Amino acid sequence: MFYRENGQFKTSYKSDQQIFPIPQDRWLILAIVAFAFLGIPFMVDEYLFRAILIPFLILSLAALGVNILVGYCGQITLGAGAFMAVGAYAAYNFLIRVSGMPALGAILLGGFTAAAVGIVFGIPSLRVRGLYLAVATLAAQFFWDWAFLRVKWFTNDASSGSVSVADIDVFGWIVNTPTDKYLFCLVILVIFSLMAKNLVRGSIGRQWMAIRDMDVAATVIGIRPLYAKLTAFAVSSFYLGVAGALWGMINLGSWEPAAFSIDRSFQLLFMVIIGGMGAIAGSFFGAAFIVILPIFLNQILPIIGGLFGLEVSIALVSHVEIMIFGALIVFFLIVEPHGIARLWSTGREKLRLWPFPH
Amino acid sequence: MSFFLETLLGGLMSGMLYSLVALGFVLIYKASGVFNFAQGAMVLFAALSMARFSEWIPEWLGMDNLFMANVLAFTISIVVMFVVAWLIERLVLRHLVNQEGATLLMATLGIAYFLDGVGQTIFGSDIYKIDVGMPKEPVMMLESVFEGGILINKEDFVAAFISALLVVALSIFFQKTSTGRALRAVADDHQAAQSIGIPLNRIWVIVWCVAGITALVAGVIWGSKLGAQFSLSTVALRALPVVILGGLTSVPGAIIGGLIIGVGEKLSEVYLGPYVGGGIEIWFAYMLALVFLLFRPQGLFGEKIIDRV
Amino acid sequence: MKLRKLVVAASVAAIGFSAALTAPAAYAAEEQFFPVLAYRTGAYAPNGAPWANGFVDYMKLTNARGGVNGVKMIWEECETAYATDRGVECYERLKGKHGGATAVQPLSTGITFALTEKAPVDKIPVITAGYGRSESQNGAVFGWNFPLVGTYWSGADVLVQHIAKKEGGFDKLKGKKLTLVYHDSPYGKEPIALLQERAKMHGFTLSLLPVAHPGVEQKATWLQIRQNKPDYVFLWGWGVMNSTAIKEAQATGYPREKMYGVWWSGAEPDVKDVGDGAKGYNALAMQHGAEPNAKVVKEVLEKLHAKGQGTGPKEEVGQVLYMRGLISAMVQTEAVRVAQGRYGKGKRITGEQMRWGLENLNLDQKALDALGFAGVMRPVHTTCIDHMGSGFARVHTWDGKKWNFSSDWYEADQKVLRPMVMLASAKYAEEKKIKPRTPEDCKN
Repeated sequence: MFYRENGQFKTSYKSDQQIFPIPQDRWLILAIVAFAFLGIPFMVDEYLFRAILIPFLILSLAALGVNILVGYCGQITLGAGAFMAVGAYAAYNFLIRVSGMPALGAILLGGFTAAAVGIVFGIPSLRVRGLYLAVATLAAQFFWDWAFLRVKWFTNDASSGSVSVADIDVFGWIVNTPTDKYLFCLVILVIFSLMAKNLVRGSIGRQWMAIRDMDVAATVIGIRPLYAKLTAFAVSSFYLGVAGALWGMINLGSWEPAAFSIDRSFQLLFMVIIGGMGAIAGSFFGAAFIVILPIFLNQILPIIGGLFGLEVSIALVSHVEIMIFGALIVFFLIVEPHGIARLWSTGREKLRLWPFPH
Repeated sequence: MSFFLETLLGGLMSGMLYSLVALGFVLIYKASGVFNFAQGAMVLFAALSMARFSEWIPEWLGMDNLFMANVLAFTISIVVMFVVAWLIERLVLRHLVNQEGATLLMATLGIAYFLDGVGQTIFGSDIYKIDVGMPKEPVMMLESVFEGGILINKEDFVAAFISALLVVALSIFFQKTSTGRALRAVADDHQAAQSIGIPLNRIWVIVWCVAGITALVAGVIWGSKLGAQFSLSTVALRALPVVILGGLTSVPGAIIGGLIIGVGEKLSEVYLGPYVGGGIEIWFAYMLALVFLLFRPQGLFGEKIIDRV
Repeated sequence: MKLRKLVVAASVAAIGFSAALTAPAAYAAEEQFFPVLAYRTGAYAPNGAPWANGFVDYMKLTNARGGVNGVKMIWEECETAYATDRGVECYERLKGKHGGATAVQPLSTGITFALTEKAPVDKIPVITAGYGRSESQNGAVFGWNFPLVGTYWSGADVLVQHIAKKEGGFDKLKGKKLTLVYHDSPYGKEPIALLQERAKMHGFTLSLLPVAHPGVEQKATWLQIRQNKPDYVFLWGWGVMNSTAIKEAQATGYPREKMYGVWWSGAEPDVKDVGDGAKGYNALAMQHGAEPNAKVVKEVLEKLHAKGQGTGPKEEVGQVLYMRGLISAMVQTEAVRVAQGRYGKGKRITGEQMRWGLENLNLDQKALDALGFAGVMRPVHTTCIDHMGSGFARVHTWDGKKWNFSSDWYEADQKVLRPMVMLASAKYAEEKKIKPRTPEDCKN
């Protein structure tokens, strides 16, 4: 009833090619973004900011990067964490080694460094494919894990190999309170999402999708796999690098390579697959699901136990937590192998007809 | 020279163990096209089950015979792994037929989380002992040939021998029995196999059972060496380069790949490691596999990937 | 249909979630709240669980003794699984509960590094008894970190002193070969700086062999040890890495008598499933070892476990890591007592007041004896500048069944430690733009 497109006529190519051609969508998204900027900062407490919202925003950005590579270009990667690490450590080094380097500049340079590294590690994708490639990307993961532990230069000779940064300063805005950090990440995420949306709608995005759907066929119609695959690696690694820099400098403040371990890589891939491959919105759904679910289970299980008069030990809680987490992942994959984003669009289709389904 | 031989032997023996885990990957991938990331969790689950039952059974039955306890625990663990295999097929795989590789991969990761949780809930998260009477002390050999002789780790030797036996047994099973033939038919072409009346679901259960047994053997060997403990699930990560180097679909590939990776990582750690600060073996194994892949994208013995438009 | 069910399920879950988050924060003036960041699951659970059990048992014991001047201890556990991001989430979740956390003990070097950034903002002291960053001993820069009773530098220093004594003097160390097998993480790397310093001083060679997390693959490491035949091996492991190292030493025939672990590599879970193979293995005792006969242990057994109120299995009481948990809780409880002495007896204290208590801790032998720690540990005396309080340690050896002390007390040499601490903390202060506190700042 409220979500009907009858009577909305597109009279120009411009209006037909908008990001959100349906006004309802447009207003909804704008409302969500406005709420995120103007509403949330006044509503939530520090815990929600620090434990849920900031990690959610940063990991959404990372998931966006992984989605570009896995969802749009079809190259499965298990080494996403490594590119986050490269971004984080590069940003750190730019910040402390180049005097007068603005924090924002360091973060972006961290992203570009990660992009360069991504191109190098993307080269095998020209020859190796599918699951073989997925396992081969683990080489990047383990190599960088090792490099940041072993090469002292990367960590500015810190005796323990752990690095830390002071509060960052963006054009005079000292980002130190949770609200500041939240807003800073939100601004970056909004800009980067818009960029991603436009990239995948444009020529390069279509090339990626052609490669994903069938690379031999794509080559036949004149798409250069070298260019398409390596740009996908570069863009994806850039996003991951920026997300890594934010994760280290904004969320943690002090970090070690374990913050970007293989578990992080799996987590990111989960976000993309649960959220929806090849859908920008899927990255957000997936990140929300993976960030919130474990914390939620961890807090709700003792309460549920309490209802039945059981004292639940934390060991049991965390065991049950990973069991439910694993089971839910399998459940979601069975119910909707295309991810939450597909559920969302199915829901939208239904809404269009509601309340008269026939 | 003698030290080089020792390193080489050490590498070969670790390699044999990697092969055992890799074999689990290959069997399942061949028959169902699932890249089973839960293999590590299955190793852990099997090891925990073995360790705990061999501890519980004497308590329950009030007997004091270590050998009998181990035999009973091993039998129960086989049953447990069968149940796990059946449940996985019934509850997960059956519903995910014809999905993309990545989706299946993620589903097995979900299974891995689930198994980790269940295993620790039932069996506990302490470190448990598996005592199957493996010899622990080293022996020296060829002392007349080399100065100081070569140190042989008996435990590794026994373990490698058992792995080799299992591999031979599996090869015979695949080549000679009718079930084995059916399995190979399924691996070649699902639809063709179905059309001549091979029940796909049953074959999958069998494959997962066999993978469960290799997980159990691997779990007992590693568990007796290191103690049955959560970290065992990470052995899967050591076996991954083996699988891709040997080829996802090849049983001999898993064995040769295991030996190459085992030797490669030990030699690199011992001879290259000191120059770059050490700790390189894990990424070196992956890099080694990657280099091989650049020349043969389907692994050493994998089936050639043919693209058709 | 499926979709509708999912939507309903999701909304129910969402409502439940918000209910969980807004769970009423019961606030009582006469209770002192401590978050317990524990790990009872995952790769490091065998070592994490006994510590947490001891920690919680001591708080229960304090309550059974009538609290600190009537103030009861309350606590809440949160599972970190030794992962830094989970630990930070736990900290954020618990720090505001029950009127605010008094102090936090993360039991992980990684989480300690992350919390070091947050502590000054939240004004909650971070107590790291026997771990954490070694330079945080300097209270002038690290105002909120308390590596009480020992740091990795003091531990490594004592180990070097011990082997020097065995060899017959520091001059005898010249030309000796020493190998450090360490967990490849900030934790394992901490002692390197000190050992290198000592190597320069005494002319022994130090080789470093890192072991990747979680430490189950050490064959190449021990092959290298077999090749180099070092005179001593120091082990800086945690969790399953420790027992694996001892097993590999056995398999390559390296004498266990020449192996020395840090105090996190010398507890029952590390050796018990190796059994006789670990006979002769030595480890540092962070003052205490396994103390089944200590008065406080008997009190715990009598007041808690006899009534079925103990945490964890009864056999564990008095074991090495259990004792470490007990002591960690004890120093924190005593700091509450000190703070109450200044800010009002029988009153609840804040995190800032707790810091004053921790900086003015003065546990002499008489006080320790009264608490039941006679023979377990030596006096601890902190100041605003020295946040460690005591650098004593001794060595114990596994005889196949239990840990026995095999050395006298040693004290870490502050002449070696102090300059290193000052240098490292000055670098940190510069990086983070911190102005070190002066003795005048300490007065208030």
